[in-house]
Amino acid sequence: MGVAALTRTRIFPLALGIGALAAAILAVEVLIRIGVINRFIVPLPSQIALAFDRVIVEEDIAERFRLTLFEAFTAGAMITVIGVSLGFLLFRINILRQATETWVAALASAPTVLMYPLFLVVFGRSAWTIIMMGFVAGLPPVILKTIEGLAGTRRVLINVGKSFKLTGAQLFTKILFPAALPTIFVGIRLGMIFTLINVVGVEFLINFGGLGQLINDLAERYDLPGTYAAICFVILVSVCFFVLTEWIERWLRPVE
Amino acid sequence: MNLPAAPKVGAMILAEPVTVVRAAIIVFILLFWEAIAQSGLLYRDVVPSLLAIGTAVIRLLSTPDYYWHLGVTAGEVGTGLAVGGLSGLLVGLVLGGNRVLSKSFEPYLYYLGPTPKIIFFPVMIMWFGVGPGSKIAMGAISCFFPIALSTAAGMRQIDKVLIRVGHSFRANAWQMATKIYLPAMRHPTINGVRLGLGVAIIGTLLAETKLSNRGVGFLIIQAYSLFDMPRMYAMLIVLFVVAIGANALVGRLGGLSTIRQR
Repeated sequence: MGVAALTRTRIFPLALGIGALAAAILAVEVLIRIGVINRFIVPLPSQIALAFDRVIVEEDIAERFRLTLFEAFTAGAMITVIGVSLGFLLFRINILRQATETWVAALASAPTVLMYPLFLVVFGRSAWTIIMMGFVAGLPPVILKTIEGLAGTRRVLINVGKSFKLTGAQLFTKILFPAALPTIFVGIRLGMIFTLINVVGVEFLINFGGLGQLINDLAERYDLPGTYAAICFVILVSVCFFVLTEWIERWLRPVE
Repeated sequence: MNLPAAPKVGAMILAEPVTVVRAAIIVFILLFWEAIAQSGLLYRDVVPSLLAIGTAVIRLLSTPDYYWHLGVTAGEVGTGLAVGGLSGLLVGLVLGGNRVLSKSFEPYLYYLGPTPKIIFFPVMIMWFGVGPGSKIAMGAISCFFPIALSTAAGMRQIDKVLIRVGHSFRANAWQMATKIYLPAMRHPTINGVRLGLGVAIIGTLLAETKLSNRGVGFLIIQAYSLFDMPRMYAMLIVLFVVAIGANALVGRLGGLSTIRQR
């Protein structure tokens, strides 16, 4: 097999990506060992790998993970229920939608996470500050995508429902909601991603809660391998979350 | 000819109730806020009166010290955007122009993009110190991902005909980049920069609230520590206006409103 044919195989890009990552890690290990990189600033990758076991056992990572998940899913449940309800309300009352849709879009791009000191004052240094910050960040995409999904329902489906003399509630549960579900889920997925980012971020900033606090704790103790291992763990969690929600979204998407 | 005037009249009639509803919502929110502030249901100063917030905004905007802190933050965000944006643009061009490299490395960017960047702050402090360097680094890593991914996607969307036209004129690599690639992918790139600017502002300011002695983030957390709520509300209001204004300015400077997507 020639080089050109090899690059066209499915396995080659994957191998190249993993190989380059492994080579980069190895290079950092060597550079630290020969003293080019200061080991008091960047710990050895082998030390970070060994620290995983310590962080998981000694820092009670399971409990912290459970707490972060609880905060993220409480905020997620709130954005789903309230976001879909508000989206439906704005879809039904057209004048309200015209008046507020641009505001919701502006809120989606506003740096709302900077309001966390305000939430600290209102809710105190508690899980509710974190949950509410996640809620505020995740709500706008759910509202916007719910409106988009409901408004994008094919006219012929609505006409079929009307021809069967469905009531308003039946039309919503049998036609509008199922047709809009894939788009609504895109919104929920985006909202959940924003929620998770804010939950972990605020945990780190206010030094309270689960995984975010763990990073802060380890950094304050100047436990470098532990800090890097905890950061890798959070990255792993967010990647798994991202992949899982992407998979559900693909599963919900109608076949073209 | 009266025909062109008809849509304008129609638009005015349609716009009027929307404007009325908007005004009604704003008035309702303000009245509700003032009622809560006056009722004493919440702790004193958690919901200050509108007058107190308005006074705090005016006082804030008339303080020269605030502009110095705003300048510090703007400098950090600007430098972070320049560093992260240029590296994002470069990486995006490379990944967008090479299918193998894109398949090999773009998934890493794609999956690292939505991780909370603030968790890297302890590492940035160790690498760049507690001064502005770590805040610039936070701004840079925040904006790198959306700009790199948008540029790579934009590069792949370029019409093949345009590329063939460039080759048929025997354009060199520089001419191809400046005459074909960059103009053709202007829309996704500017969108990436807008997204990048938003997250760079957030990354920099969050870092300032965590550990700093200058910048708007520092002022916000200082107001929280002193429980000066009207001042905190005033700073958040001004900050939101500045952030949304900067975002709109980037779009306008990049000519986003004049670009029509095919």
